[in-house]
Amino acid sequence: MVRPQDRKFVTADPDKCIGCVVCEYACSMVNEKTFNPNKSRIRAMRMGPLVNLAITCRHCEDPACVAACPRDALKQEENTGIIRVDENACNGCGWCISACQFGAMNMHPDKKIVFTCNSCTDNETKEPQCVKWCPEEALTYVTAETLAQKYRQKAVRNLFQTAEEAKKEK
Amino acid sequence: MFAYAGKILHVNLTTGETKTEPLSEEMAKSYIGGIGLGIRLLMDNSKPGTDAFDPDNPIIYCTGPLSGTMGPTAGNGYAVVSKSPATGGVGEAKAHGFFGPDLKRAGYDAVVITGKAPKLSYLWIDDDKVEIRNAEYLKNATVNDTDIKIRDELGDFYIRVSAIGEAGEKLCRFAAIINDEFRAIGRTGMGGVMGSKNLKAVAVRGTHDVNVANLEGFKEYIKMIHERMKGPATKKYKTLGTPENVLVLNSLSALATRNWTNATFEGAQKVSGEYLNEHYVKKIVGCATCGMRCDHIAVVPEGPYKGSTSRLEFECLWSMGPLCGVDRLDAVIEAMRITNEYGMDGISIGVVVAFAMDLYEHGIITKEQTDGIDLKFGNAEALIAIIHKIGKREGWLGNILAEGTARAAELIGGDAYKYACHIKGLELPGYDLRTLKTAALGFSVSFRGACHLRNGAYSPDVKGKVNRFKIEKGRGKMITDESHMYNIIDSLIVCKFSRGTYYDGWKDLANYYTLATGIPMTPEEMTKDGDRIENLARLFNIREGKGTRAFDTVPYKIKNFPVPDEGPAKGLCVSDEELQIGLDDYYASRGWTADGIPTVDRLQAVGLGDLAYIAEGAMKVAQEAKAQGGN
Repeated sequence: MVRPQDRKFVTADPDKCIGCVVCEYACSMVNEKTFNPNKSRIRAMRMGPLVNLAITCRHCEDPACVAACPRDALKQEENTGIIRVDENACNGCGWCISACQFGAMNMHPDKKIVFTCNSCTDNETKEPQCVKWCPEEALTYVTAETLAQKYRQKAVRNLFQTAEEAKKEK
Repeated sequence: MFAYAGKILHVNLTTGETKTEPLSEEMAKSYIGGIGLGIRLLMDNSKPGTDAFDPDNPIIYCTGPLSGTMGPTAGNGYAVVSKSPATGGVGEAKAHGFFGPDLKRAGYDAVVITGKAPKLSYLWIDDDKVEIRNAEYLKNATVNDTDIKIRDELGDFYIRVSAIGEAGEKLCRFAAIINDEFRAIGRTGMGGVMGSKNLKAVAVRGTHDVNVANLEGFKEYIKMIHERMKGPATKKYKTLGTPENVLVLNSLSALATRNWTNATFEGAQKVSGEYLNEHYVKKIVGCATCGMRCDHIAVVPEGPYKGSTSRLEFECLWSMGPLCGVDRLDAVIEAMRITNEYGMDGISIGVVVAFAMDLYEHGIITKEQTDGIDLKFGNAEALIAIIHKIGKREGWLGNILAEGTARAAELIGGDAYKYACHIKGLELPGYDLRTLKTAALGFSVSFRGACHLRNGAYSPDVKGKVNRFKIEKGRGKMITDESHMYNIIDSLIVCKFSRGTYYDGWKDLANYYTLATGIPMTPEEMTKDGDRIENLARLFNIREGKGTRAFDTVPYKIKNFPVPDEGPAKGLCVSDEELQIGLDDYYASRGWTADGIPTVDRLQAVGLGDLAYIAEGAMKVAQEAKAQGGN
């Protein structure tokens, strides 16, 4: 039985991510042996100087992309949650692209089939390469549970900090 | 070829014709890319004496060999080269951000644009597909609006746009080309050249791979640079940023204030890097592939300019702050924001305004001529008002100032030239040359006019490596050696903020080049490339009648207005005598004649024998002039 606590995915901290796209280059370097953001499994959005975020597959429970595929080309790996693409079955219709709310499904420019995060792990760090290369330490490889804990801790810390400051002001 | 695209694109805007030619390995190795390749292409694709705004003057977009790779800071650059409408000599500037790598991925090491479009247009480079498209709906649009609207029109968020604003369209001689909202091809008026061609923007989408020769070696190399970028070499840029210079230079009596009237600023604290970061900086972001980050994004939290947002670096903070006597950062941030919107050089604009303020204070221009603006030093509202006028070329003064200080002084006449602080027509950057005299010499010989980034000559002065209060023998060689390094930095197009991370200097850079391109390169060969590029640029200036000794000088104010501030620098200015000593020393170290012309032997030694005729012609003219002078 695989628990959600076991499945890890890459997430970007909006406070830290600066949209430098080092993750895109690292991804294409490691997975495609070339430099080309169009072949990256993680993409950064820079909507303005203060609005930046890198996004990739979050290995959803009950993933919409898998459900959307009319050719059963997408399968979610039981243990890891990684979405695997059957390269023979996929015909690049892109239905999964519109199904994904994060825009994490990409069309491979050469192969003309979809591809997404494969959690490529680094031998040293046991984390995906984009996480290893991120110069801002904005990317983390987490489970849904550790991510929830992180934000819970932050919320509680903020609450108490605000209360302390309010006390001081009085 | 690895790392290089191996292709040069030619576009004629008059006829709409496009063609490509291959980039030879010899050309690549000799001129690297960026400004080196660009200046060679400028030389080969232009006729002597062509006016900067003539359709025949080519404007050349160049990538570097590392553009499009993961090279930290190097992966994201591009350069633009043309004849400068400000100096009449070599115009060049580089910008980072996100534009450069797409141009490389589209398949081009350089794009040579000539001619003039019949109506306002933009160039759309979509890999192999090249199209000149209508831009009339973008007339007078800001740089950022142009970026957004072109991406909307073409329907792809990831398209990169390098555009001019209203100032460029109106042929301002210090207009910039800007990408990614605030990344500027800032200096030497390249935006004006774009405007003269009716070219509003270059939009590019590149989808091809960029491959390096030795992927494993390259990966290890960039990992090393990433690690070094976390260390002391880049600390300044990641913490206070370049505005740290405000208090440093102020303490050295080197913070040019009120158009080089003073060398210290009483309001320095209020415009310091410390103050900026504490009160205004919201986030520090970075360019594509960068392992550091330096873009201090400042937001005004309250007051008349509430919400105004801009990136702010030392040079522009200084030019619109201390140099105009303005001690309000909220106004400086707003001034920077609108300067970017109009698309102007953030250094030149401040110097131009400070020049006008100086004239106003001295009664050379009147309130009538300023359209009622009280153009006193320190008047922040006046600073903003006059920038709007210059950006739009509005009113008598706005129109004249858009010509830059050198031409504006001529147009105004009388004593105005005494207050015009430029070298070869390019406005001085943020160092008081009266108290930083290696810089005075270095700036005077820079091939693009007054510039701190052609040879970094301010550095030995500021770091206390030399007696900065005088010019003496030995400075020439210092400037010569550094100029080679700066030429290579701008040809590889690595960011100058990263220069401290190449611990082994030439060895590191040559290795970087070979790992990426597979072309063998020794540190000695690369140094020679730097030397070749310097001589090439000099030859272009000579060919255009702007490259001899008489043009290597410092402004009147630097020579004739001693520093009045109390302290060790009181009374200093740059004497003509010491400048001449410096020039002799510099020319000797380069192997140039006393007129500042490269000798034929020297040109052959750096592989520019094919252009020796330019030097020979200039020497003949110089001899004839001397013979006539003797009669």
